[in-house]
Amino acid sequence: MFYSPVRTNAAEVAQSNRLHLFRYVEDPEQVKVEKFEEHGGYVAWKKVLAEMEPSQVIEEVKNSGLRGRGGAGFPTGLKWSFVPKDSPKPRYLCCNADESEPGTCKDRVLMERDPHAIIEGMAIASYAIGCHQMFIYIRGEFAHCADCMEKAMKEAYEHGHLGKNIHGSGFDLDMIVHTGGGAYICGEETSLLNSIEGERGMSRIRPPFPAIEGLYSCPTIVNNVESLASVPHIINHGAGWYKSLGTEKSCGSKIFSLSGHVKQPGNYEVELGFSLKKLIYDKDYGGGILGDKKLKGVIPGGSSTPFLTPDMIDIKLDYESLVEGGSMLGSGAVIVFHEDTCIVWVIKRLIRFYRHESCGKCTPCREGTAWLEELINRIEAGRGKPGDVEKVEEICGNILGHTVCPLGDAAVMPILSTLKLWRDEWQYHIDHGKCMVKTDFEFK
Amino acid sequence: MILTEESVRKIKEKLQQYPQPKSVILPALTVAYRQVGYVDADIYREISHIINIPTVEVAEAATFYTMFAKKPRGKYLIQVCHNISCALLGADSLIGYIEEKLGIKIGETTEDNLFTLVTVECLGSCATAPMMQINQDYYEKLTKEKVDQILEDLRSKA
Repeated sequence: MFYSPVRTNAAEVAQSNRLHLFRYVEDPEQVKVEKFEEHGGYVAWKKVLAEMEPSQVIEEVKNSGLRGRGGAGFPTGLKWSFVPKDSPKPRYLCCNADESEPGTCKDRVLMERDPHAIIEGMAIASYAIGCHQMFIYIRGEFAHCADCMEKAMKEAYEHGHLGKNIHGSGFDLDMIVHTGGGAYICGEETSLLNSIEGERGMSRIRPPFPAIEGLYSCPTIVNNVESLASVPHIINHGAGWYKSLGTEKSCGSKIFSLSGHVKQPGNYEVELGFSLKKLIYDKDYGGGILGDKKLKGVIPGGSSTPFLTPDMIDIKLDYESLVEGGSMLGSGAVIVFHEDTCIVWVIKRLIRFYRHESCGKCTPCREGTAWLEELINRIEAGRGKPGDVEKVEEICGNILGHTVCPLGDAAVMPILSTLKLWRDEWQYHIDHGKCMVKTDFEFK
Repeated sequence: MILTEESVRKIKEKLQQYPQPKSVILPALTVAYRQVGYVDADIYREISHIINIPTVEVAEAATFYTMFAKKPRGKYLIQVCHNISCALLGADSLIGYIEEKLGIKIGETTEDNLFTLVTVECLGSCATAPMMQINQDYYEKLTKEKVDQILEDLRSKA
């Protein structure tokens, strides 16, 4: 029925007056504008156009406590407010749909199953910052998502939600669906902007921040798909309602992509502050560990975030609690692995990825990730030498904090966390020339 | 000319939409890649003529983005994700299974030029692992049975 057979908790969301993003994602008709409108779609957009000043929209989103859902968690309304009011240049909005943080597969569900929700959020954001040309940057491999967004965009134009003098407001807004070329780095906002400009997707030095000088050197806001899809709900139900969801500082709900060794992998929308343990073990979510094996570790926010051990998972899934617990909320991609997983084997996968995706601009990241990969491959293959673990640590230290964009940090933070949490396993590799546990996963 | 009239028309249409012509490089490469199956210097030249920017700027962008293959491949490009979530659910054994089934190794093409097998990094299908992408399409929650069926279907379609 759906393009992707991914599991969601849409049924639970439909019963809730607090959860909202996934309410209609199991309805195959939701992709059509008529059905979307029937479900209350584009009401917020019309309300904004008819009744609200741009500054009021920014204020409302600021008051809602919405924070970026792509990884950094920066307050969305505050970001919008950085766009200079008096700039004579055009302003741009870019929806970041370059979903490529390993473990993350949430924005894809929204694009494939509720594309108008994203367009509506983008339109409201555009109005708030005075933008008349908005973009959605979709990773190149998501050809199907791009098709869904193109189709929805066409319908939005036909129904007068985009174009000239929208709903008689005098406000004009056009949209472009832009697809990338397979580069993780383009999820970083300045690389994304370079990529739209037709350049290699390399990051830019900040400041100037995109809100001041972004796309074509004009004020630009880059927001994640899920952040923007949350905006119409804030307009419809009010900032106070949204702020009452989640925790005091991490407001609202968030989609978590649960993958790896769980019985029921899927995308689950829960309020921020939800228990990580419950997400993994509850029968309505992860349903426990595959084969009822023992849990070994969890990556809570995508492959760039530090790992957690089983004694650390009694933790709330919100921005503050995870930092306190030694990790990060990131993009909300929870990757679970059980006792038969060798930690060096896991890191070997991850460092290969970061070496491959490093754009090459900053020496510490370009050279460091390559060195790390070589060294870690050697250790994993059982040819590690005394001092290699310390060498890995040293290289990580030389990357951390020494690069223009966060990719370098993202590559080393998980490694450093495993050196802390499972150092014995790394050392075992050096001393015995093999894994402490046998890692051999068969697909059936 | 390698690009068809239809492809050229699509690229020109993009030129009308974007604020600056250079932004059309990636969309144009996508159009070319979908039509031809790879991009190379001849295609960079054609694109640069259509959007009126130096060829080197097209090449500069094209060589950065790994999705645009730079040489011809088999009719069906099988891209198996081997990043962490897929690996935890047996991506390595999936790759081995396909290698054995097609009699080729990673990076190779079958003799009949039908299938090319490559490995790729995370494709955003982590909660439906293991997965692969063949040309534009995703195939998720793979099992041996499903892989057999998919390859058989493609072979009979070819």
